[in-house]
Parts: sequence; C-alpha cells; structure tokens
Amino acid sequence: MDKSEALQKVNAIFIDVLDDEDLVLDYTTSADDVEDWDSLNHIQLVVAVEKAFKIRFTSQEIQSWNNVGEMLDCILSKGA
Amino acid sequence: MKDFSALKKNLKRDFSQLKAIKIALLGDTATQFLQNALRGTGYDYGYDLQIFEADFNQIERQIFDPASELYEFAPEVIIIFQSTHKLLARYDKSAADAQATLAGTQLQLIDSLCTAIRSKISAKIIYYNYPEINDNVFGNYANKTAQSFLFQLRKLNFELMQYAANTANFYICDISSVQNQVGKLFMFQPSVYVNAEMVLSIDALPLVATATLDIIGALYGKFKKCLIIDLDNTMWGGIIGDDGLENIQIGSLGIGKAFTEFQYWMKKLKNRGIILAICSKNTESVAKEPFEKHPDMVLHLDDIAVFVANWKNKAENIKYIQRTLNIGFDSMVFLDDNPFERNIVRELIPDVTVPELPADPAEYLEYLYTLNLFETASYSEQDAERTKQYQTEIKRTVEQASHGSENDFLKSLNMLSLVEPFNKFNAPRVAQLSQRSNQFNLRTVRYTEADIEALAQSKNNYTLSFTLEDKFGDNGLICVIILHKENNETLFIDTWFMSCRVLKRGMEDFVLNSIVAIAGQNGFKYVKGEYIATAKNEMVRDHYLNLGFKPQDNLWILATEDYTDKEIFIKER
Repeated sequence: MDKSEALQKVNAIFIDVLDDEDLVLDYTTSADDVEDWDSLNHIQLVVAVEKAFKIRFTSQEIQSWNNVGEMLDCILSKGA
Repeated sequence: MKDFSALKKNLKRDFSQLKAIKIALLGDTATQFLQNALRGTGYDYGYDLQIFEADFNQIERQIFDPASELYEFAPEVIIIFQSTHKLLARYDKSAADAQATLAGTQLQLIDSLCTAIRSKISAKIIYYNYPEINDNVFGNYANKTAQSFLFQLRKLNFELMQYAANTANFYICDISSVQNQVGKLFMFQPSVYVNAEMVLSIDALPLVATATLDIIGALYGKFKKCLIIDLDNTMWGGIIGDDGLENIQIGSLGIGKAFTEFQYWMKKLKNRGIILAICSKNTESVAKEPFEKHPDMVLHLDDIAVFVANWKNKAENIKYIQRTLNIGFDSMVFLDDNPFERNIVRELIPDVTVPELPADPAEYLEYLYTLNLFETASYSEQDAERTKQYQTEIKRTVEQASHGSENDFLKSLNMLSLVEPFNKFNAPRVAQLSQRSNQFNLRTVRYTEADIEALAQSKNNYTLSFTLEDKFGDNGLICVIILHKENNETLFIDTWFMSCRVLKRGMEDFVLNSIVAIAGQNGFKYVKGEYIATAKNEMVRDHYLNLGFKPQDNLWILATEDYTDKEIFIKER
C-alpha cells in the first residue's frame, strides 16, 4: 500500500469515528485543524486505525505524531 | 452488539421520548468513554440516562462530602467503578502484612462508601467487581498464599458477593465475568491504559455498558419472564414425527448430550421463575410423547406452562401464548433452530426476543450464556411455583367457559384473601411485584425491598398486601396498596398494582372495600387516586372511573361516606 492509499483509508476512519462526512485530511493536517480531534478521540482513532490496518502501535508512537503524514509513515513502517 | 463508534452515534439521537434516569458514574480511572457507551446503550434499551460523571478519581470525596455535586445531582443510581489496576497499585505500595489483608480493607472501604451514601440518599448502587490481573509473582503458588495479589483479588470478588447478598440496593456488575468471557487481551489494551488512563479497551466498552444496562433494566422493570421453545432439533435432536420416540437424540451419547444439558439449563430457569412454553409445528399427541415416555427427557409436561403444538403459523401461536399468560411480548424469548420460523416471528412480533441460535446444537448453550437473557433484580423462593400458578390459571379459564354466569363462576371458586400490612415476611415479594408489575399499575412507582421495609415502619402511610387462593390453587401475594396520609381529610393512593393473573375475579372491588374501610376507620373523608400513563398500563386508564371515583384536576376522588361496599365473592382469611 502506498501513502496516498493509506491516507484515503485513514480519512474514511476519521469520518466514521468523528462522525463528520465533510472531513478531508492531507499529510499536514494536525489535531489543531480538526475540531473534534481531542486527546480522548485520538485514542479512539488510533484503535480504529490499528484494527483497520491490523497493526499495533506502541504507547510512545501514539503520542509522537505531529500530523497525519507522520501517522501514515508509522503505519507504513509496520508493513501495512 | 453495536461497537463503541455506533453507540457514540446514538448520542445524537432524540432522547426526549425515553424514560429519564439520573445516574452518577464514579470511577478511579478515566470514564468519559464509559459514560458515552452507557448513554448510547441506554438509548437502545429505551432510557434517557442523564449521567453525572464525577471528576477523575473523586469517588471518596464525592461520597464522603455531604455538600458534594453528587448529592446535589440526586442520582437514582450510582455506579462505582474501582479498577483492579488501582487496587494493584495500593497492594504494591503496602507492607507484607497489609498485603495479606487487602481484601478485607477494601471491603471495609466499600462498606463505608455505601453507608455514607445511604445516610444521604436512597440511590441504588451498582458496583463493578474486579477483573483479574495475575501478576504471577508467586506463580501457581499464589493459590496457597494469602499474601499474593491473586489470592486477595479473588477473595475480594467472593466477599463482594456475600456483601451484596446481605445489603439492600447494592448490586454487583460482574465485569470480571465479562473478562472471563472475552479474555483479558480483548478487555484491556495497555497502550490505551498508558496514554489515556482507561482500563477498558474500546471494544470492551459496549460489553461493560450492556452488563450495566441489564441491571438498570431489571431494576426498572425490563426483564424476561417467559421462554418459548421449539421442539424438533431445538429441545431434542431429530424430528419426532418422522424419526419416532426411539430415534430422537437426547441422553448421554454424542449430540444427545448437548440437548440434555440444554434441558437442564431450561429446568434451572423454570425453577428460578421463568415460565416455559412450547411452540412446535407438530401433532399435539406426537409432540407430547417424549415428555411422557422418553427416559432421558429432563423436562416433563408439568414443567411447561403452555404447550402449543399444531400446524399454525408460529407468530399466531406465540400470540396465543401471550394472551394465555397475559404478559408483554417484550418479556418473551423464542428459541427455534429454524431460521425461517425465527424470521417470521421477528417480522410479525418485533418485541419478542429471538436469538440467532447457532447452526450446531452443540453451541446452543455457550451462545445463550453470552446473551445474559434472564437478568433479574430479585429472587424469592415463590418463583419456583410460578409455572404451577399459570397452569392452574389455564384450568380456571377452561372451567369458566363451562359456567353460565360470571358470578356463578366466581362463587364456585371459593376465593380467600389474606390481607396484611407490609412486614418482613412479605417485603421481598411486595418489592418483587413492584418491579414486575407493568400493566395493572396505576402510578408505576418502583419500590425495593429496603423501601418496603421503611414504608412498613412509616407513620404517614397505611400499607396493604393481598393474597388470593381458590379451589385450584394459591396465587400467593398478588396485590399491593400504599395509602399516603395527604392531610386530615384525604388518603392518597400512592400505589396500586396487581398481578394480571387475577384479573376479572372481583379483586379490584375487594381491594377498594378494604381501602375505604381503612379510610372510614381512621376518619378520612376522601380517597384520592391518580393514573400516570406509561407505555404499558393502558388497561387501567379508566380504573378509578370504573370504580366510581369522580374526576378532579387530573386526579380521582371518592367520598367515603357515599360509598357502599361492592358485591364480592372473595372472603378474607
């Protein structure tokens, strides 16, 4: 899977979890740009991403990303 | 079961038509998601749970401070969730001798929390027990070592059960059992715990919320009363009409074992007070043969309250069973191996619960265990008699058809009623009926056993309980009245509910005679009644009108001096 495919998949997960049909992510999107992406929903997003890609993040990774692009790099580094 | 994301979407729905219940959620770990899951699950159960969530780790402050937000909120139900992780942290910091008494210390704390709550409000308490963490410091030897965490944890879970057995309005939500069902890897996700201080995984939230709502539902009168079972390939293996008595599968061999164990489960339910009914496409005499003649059958005809075997549509037959038993469709569960029959019943009677039984009968029981269909908030020894009472009721119906006039029939029943105020012997049954009665219930105020015992002592109320027996059998305690002294002139009927089993016997008239007698003896001029409509009590909408009360400001008034005793066929015992 390449990074843009992963972005699409992650975007769909965000739409579902945050219940926002209009949400469009790009590599530079960060939590500050998305209204409902708070620390609590972050946990729900992370778990949903783990499930969809059949991967597990480490506890440190979960808190390390500055934007969606870094999250995608982390996903792809796990061979997803 | 819906996942957490779907439950969260429920939060945006319209709760305005649902019954509101005020709930306080107190936890020693992060509970925001649990709160969402509870409210979202509540929606699907038909409740608008208005949840007060205390700030993080404030259980003791909220409960011990009489001026806390908790008491200001005045919840009807308090959920206390003390986590195994926090318990373990306390254990880790303790000296060896304190480690060996951890369970006792924790139980004392729980008791002091409950005592403090009770001294302020009469809320029901739901306490989450402790899913196991085995730190394996002692290995298997932990089981021989009182100082081990595992030893103390299991002791605590067990002693909580004993504490609950002896403490009114205190209910255990068995999330330890939930973890046993799904496994710890599913229940707990370390990265979520580390990053968000949550001890339940996202996937576990719907399960824990459902376990909690099962208890709340039972407390508020939502529970199952009747199990309807198909016969061929559900009750036994094979088809009795084709295979014959010798060839159906039941007993200790092969797949027969699955059906035998399944029948033992149903027998336990029957003894707990669940009514068993049969609904089968069969010729009746053929369908009954195994119950009468097969040596390996666990269930016999006297375990079955209603036996329906014919060639009609099953939805019709279930409607017949419903009319015979006079209970709500939503209190019925229907088990059938045939997907076609299941779908017909789901389609035509959506309120009946129809589990999607697995294709392999070997899996029936394990599947049904996971559904927790038969939650209850009370249990009394009388429950085991329920099937017999329904059977005699059916005999009565048959006899009634043979009598010309209704009064002749009522006279022929030789009815006797024992009328008593509440006391410690009848309190459990009074409380149970308070939770079970939905249809013949004028105001649907629910009382627990502790409430009933308090009312028995109260000087501002008169309490009455009525039993009814006749020549066919004893119905036990079937009607409850609470009269509140509103002022020197007026007695207010706070509570009037009755079991629907005894409808059309003149019990209402007998009860009203008793109420007016109390009013007269104590100098009250008026008896005042109120009808509060619910989704289920339509049948008593005109109750007070029919009894001769006069309407006044949405209430009903009866002047005692104008009252003449109604003709009755029930004698007081």
